[in-house]
Amino acid sequence: MSDKMHIKLTVNGEGREFLAEPRELLIYALREHLNITGPHVGCDTSHCGACTVTLNGKSVKSCTMFVGQANGADITTVEGLGTPDALHVLQESFREHHGLQCGFCTPGMITRAAKLLEENPTPTEEDVRFGMAGNICRCTGYQNIVKSILAAADEMNGSEQGQTVEAAE
Amino acid sequence: MIPAAFDYYRPTDMAGVLALLQQHGDDARVMAGGHSLIPMMKLRMAEVPHLIDLQDVAGLDQISLSAEEITLGAMVTQHTIINHPDLVQAAPILREAALQIADPQVRYMGTIGGNVANGDPGNDMPGLMQCLDAKLTLVGPEGERQVAARDYYEAAYMTDRADDEVLVAITMPVPQGGFAYEKQKRKIGDYATAAAAVQIGKADGKVATASVAMTNLSDVPVWSEAANAALVGTECAPEAVKAAVAAMLGDIDPSEDNRGPVAFKRHVAGVVLTRAINRAWSRA
Repeated sequence: MSDKMHIKLTVNGEGREFLAEPRELLIYALREHLNITGPHVGCDTSHCGACTVTLNGKSVKSCTMFVGQANGADITTVEGLGTPDALHVLQESFREHHGLQCGFCTPGMITRAAKLLEENPTPTEEDVRFGMAGNICRCTGYQNIVKSILAAADEMNGSEQGQTVEAAE
Repeated sequence: MIPAAFDYYRPTDMAGVLALLQQHGDDARVMAGGHSLIPMMKLRMAEVPHLIDLQDVAGLDQISLSAEEITLGAMVTQHTIINHPDLVQAAPILREAALQIADPQVRYMGTIGGNVANGDPGNDMPGLMQCLDAKLTLVGPEGERQVAARDYYEAAYMTDRADDEVLVAITMPVPQGGFAYEKQKRKIGDYATAAAAVQIGKADGKVATASVAMTNLSDVPVWSEAANAALVGTECAPEAVKAAVAAMLGDIDPSEDNRGPVAFKRHVAGVVLTRAINRAWSRA
């Protein structure tokens, strides 16, 4: 067995350190060492995207990254996007538009959607469907996920425009 | 899902990479984005006692562009290829193809070098690199050498790269004329049932230059000189396109799998090549 590595990560703004075997996948490091259990495991072939987190500004499938590769990285999971009292716009929007049922894909969906809207704040429906294509959902049929993301984009843009209008006044 | 144990290294220069490859021989593998290698390790189809992560090796993610030539460092990601404005302008076919590879998450991690070096006939970039006449730069213990993408692929997962060599860069002439990458697949993220990369140069209303390469229709990518010859000098009318398709069909050798039987793959190969030629010609 290979020696354990000393791993340092910043997860949701907090510095975390632990020892891990090199073969540990990032998803298991998050779930089992750090008890961050929002990101899920839905497959073993890197298709489903349930394990999606944001790592150094990229949407990544944390099942397809060894913990050593992530050493030193800045990671955001769904737990870092909002709190039960102050939901992220996307979290609120998924609730409002029924963008989830079992909830298993949702942490990956919302984390990926947050990055998508950061890169493209005014996506079309096609942009959303293509930009979310690395995330599989078994329950919703996607329609309400698309609705949720488009509504969140509107909300985010609306509030920015609102601020601009306010500032102009 | 659970890979076997390994020792992990993150060298910061090629000398460090080569030293590890020398030291551990067949037991060592380099890893770029990890999105072909890690899945294979998770299925225990690849066992890698010594894993060398290239992410900290300086210089491997560089892109350099001149009027004549494009050089992509092996660690340039598909995401970068899609979003690099100067590269997209110089070689729009790279973006068109990269957008048909995998999905957003995989494209943030997966690299051009890994795609080209992997040796899986399902990968899209190898055929495209043959279409564009790219040269691959390999570094090994004896130094650096270049090999043409058209000469690199020997069989499924077998390439001209020696075990102690690393693909570090890909250089290609700036493509001229019209282009298309046409891919038929079952769903997002799937490897092609059939795909065609086409680049066509036009002069005086006729095809001046043509380059056709096919993906996942043999155990290696197929650059079809016969298809190119069928197009050059013509006005790219339907008969010429038909002749090019017939010529291409003589060069491919698909095998049956979940994507369909051989007859279907040959049919789809003809469809995607027809579409690719027509789109490339319309852009030429």
